[in-house]
Amino acid sequence: MNRYTTQRLFGIAVRTAALLIVGVLLLVIGVTVARGGGVLLADPSIVVTPPGSRYMLEGTGGFLHAVLGSLFIVGPATAVSMVAAVSTAVYLQSDYSSDRFSDAVNMFLNVLWGTPPIVYGVFVLTLIIAAGAQTSLFFGIIAIAIFQYPIMTRYTDEALRAAPETVRETTYGVGATRFESMRMTVRAAAPGVIAGLVMGFARGIGDAATVLFTTGRSTRMPGGLFEAATTLPVLIFDQAMSFNAEVRSHAYAAAFVLTIVVLGLILLSKLLAGRYARYTPGGNR
Amino acid sequence: MTIDTDTLRNQAQSSRLSRRLLAERYSSYWLTAAGYLAIALFAGITLLLLYRSLPILAEYPLSSMLTSANWDPAESNFGFLPAIVGTVYVTTLSMAMGVPIAIGAAIYIAEYAEGRTKTLVAALIDVLAAIPSVIFGLVALIVVVPFMGNYVAPVFSENTVGVGIFTVSLVMAIVVTPFMISLSVESLESLPDELRETSLGVGATKFETIRSVLLRAAGPGIFSAILLGFGRVFGATIVPALLIGGQTQIPSSVFSTGQTLPTLIVNDFGELMSLPLTQSALIFVGLMLVIVVWLFNFGAMIVQRRLKRRWQYQ
Repeated sequence: MNRYTTQRLFGIAVRTAALLIVGVLLLVIGVTVARGGGVLLADPSIVVTPPGSRYMLEGTGGFLHAVLGSLFIVGPATAVSMVAAVSTAVYLQSDYSSDRFSDAVNMFLNVLWGTPPIVYGVFVLTLIIAAGAQTSLFFGIIAIAIFQYPIMTRYTDEALRAAPETVRETTYGVGATRFESMRMTVRAAAPGVIAGLVMGFARGIGDAATVLFTTGRSTRMPGGLFEAATTLPVLIFDQAMSFNAEVRSHAYAAAFVLTIVVLGLILLSKLLAGRYARYTPGGNR
Repeated sequence: MTIDTDTLRNQAQSSRLSRRLLAERYSSYWLTAAGYLAIALFAGITLLLLYRSLPILAEYPLSSMLTSANWDPAESNFGFLPAIVGTVYVTTLSMAMGVPIAIGAAIYIAEYAEGRTKTLVAALIDVLAAIPSVIFGLVALIVVVPFMGNYVAPVFSENTVGVGIFTVSLVMAIVVTPFMISLSVESLESLPDELRETSLGVGATKFETIRSVLLRAAGPGIFSAILLGFGRVFGATIVPALLIGGQTQIPSSVFSTGQTLPTLIVNDFGELMSLPLTQSALIFVGLMLVIVVWLFNFGAMIVQRRLKRRWQYQ
C-alpha cells in the first residue's frame, strides 16, 4: 500500500473513532433526556413527593427521599473530604515535606485513586460490622468521603503546584510563617481548588457502589444521621430492572435528574474557576 | 506615673508573634497528620480486609477456592473460579474494544482536530467521563440489551435475552474510553513541537510521524492511561451488576450470563450479614480486588519508568 494511502486511511480511522465516541455520548444523553424527560413532563411532582408505602412494588409517590439522601450524604462528605484533601495537598508542597516523601504519598494517592469504589463500600461495611452498627446516612458519608479524598487531593495538589512561585517568595519576604504563606498560596490556587471541589462533588453524587452497602437502600424519607437512607444512583440501580413499568419510569426520571445535576456541576466548576481567577496573580479581569 | 508605651507595644507585638507561631505549630501538626492520611487509609483498608478474610482462609485452602467452580454459600461451597473467569473475560474484551478507539480518538484530538472542533470534542469527552456509570447501565438496559438479544446474538446463533458478558464488555468499553482519551491527549499534547517538525522535516508522512515518533514519546503516558482504564473495568460494579445476568457459572461463551468479582459481592449481599463464613468470603473478594489493582498500579509504575528510559527523546 502506498504510504499516502495509509496516511489517508489512518486519518479516516481516527476521525471515525472520535465520531463514535461523540455519537455514543449523544446517544446516552439523548436516551436519558427522552425517556426521563418524558416521565418528568407527565408528572414533574415525583421529584418532590415522598415515596408511598409500596414504592418499590407499585411506584406510588415520588423519589424525594433519594434526592434528599444524595444531598445529605454527598454534601457533608464533600466538606469533610475537602478539608482532608486541602490539608494533604498543602503538606505535600515543598515547604512541609521532602520530595521523597511527597513522591511516596503521591504514589499511594494514585493507587487509592485507582481502587474500585466497591472496595471502599466493603471496607466501610466491615467497619459497620466491627462496630456492631446499622447501615445509615452516617456511614454513607464516610464511604463517599473516602472515595472523594484521592480525587480531590489530586486536583488540589495540581492547583497548588501550578500556583506561581512569586506568591511564596513574596509572603516569605514580608515575614509570613509557613502557614500564612500557604493560606496565600491556596487563595492564589483557588480556581483549581474550587474546580476540584465541584468535580469531587460530581463524582460523589454519581457513585453507587460505595453507598450500595453502607446506607441501607431505604425506601422511606431519611429520618436522621443514624437512620437508613438511599441516594439517586442506588435508586436507579434498584429500580432499573423492576418488572413494574411505573417503577422503572421513576428510574428514568431519576437518571434525568442525576444527569442534569452532573452536567450542571461541570458547567459550574468551569464558571467558578473563571470567577475565582481574580485571586490568581495576573488573573484579574 | 507614666505609661511606658514602648513596653506595651513590645508586649502586644510579642504576644501577636507568639500567637502566629502557635498557629504555625498547631497547623503543622494537623497538616503532618493529613500528609500521612493516604498511607494510613491504604494500610487500614488492606489490614482490615485481610483480618476479616482470615476466617474463610483458615477454613479452606486458598488454591482450592481459586480453582473450584462451585459457588454455593448456603452449602458452604466457595469456589471463586466462575467470577474470576467472568472478570477476565469482561476485562479482556472491553480493553480489546476500548483501547484502539481511545487511542484513535486521542490522536484525533491531539493531532488532527483544530480550533473550535477540538475544543468542542474535548469538552464532550470530559462530559462523557463525568456521567455516572449507573446512567450508562440504565441506557444500556434500554438500548444495548434489546439490540444484543434481537440482532447480534442470533447472528452467532446464540439464544439470549441480551444480558451477558459481551454486553457488559461493550458498555464498559464505552465507560472507560473517555478516561483513557483525556490522559492520552494530555501526554500527546505535552510533547514538544520539535518532534513533529523534525520527523516531518526528514520526509515522514503524518501517519509515520504519529506511529514512529509521537506514540513512542507519549508511550509511557498512554500506557498509564490504559492501565487506569484496566483498573476501572476490573473493579466496575454497577454496570456489570445491571447487565451480566448474575449467574455464578463458568461462562460457556461470550454471550452467556456470568458473574464478575464485584457483582459477586453485590448479588450475594443479602446473605452477607447472616452467615459469618459467607461474609468473610465476600470480604475476601474485596481483598482480591484490592490486591490485584494495587499490584497492577505498582507494577505499572515500574514499567512506566522503564518505558520512559527506553523511549526517551532528549
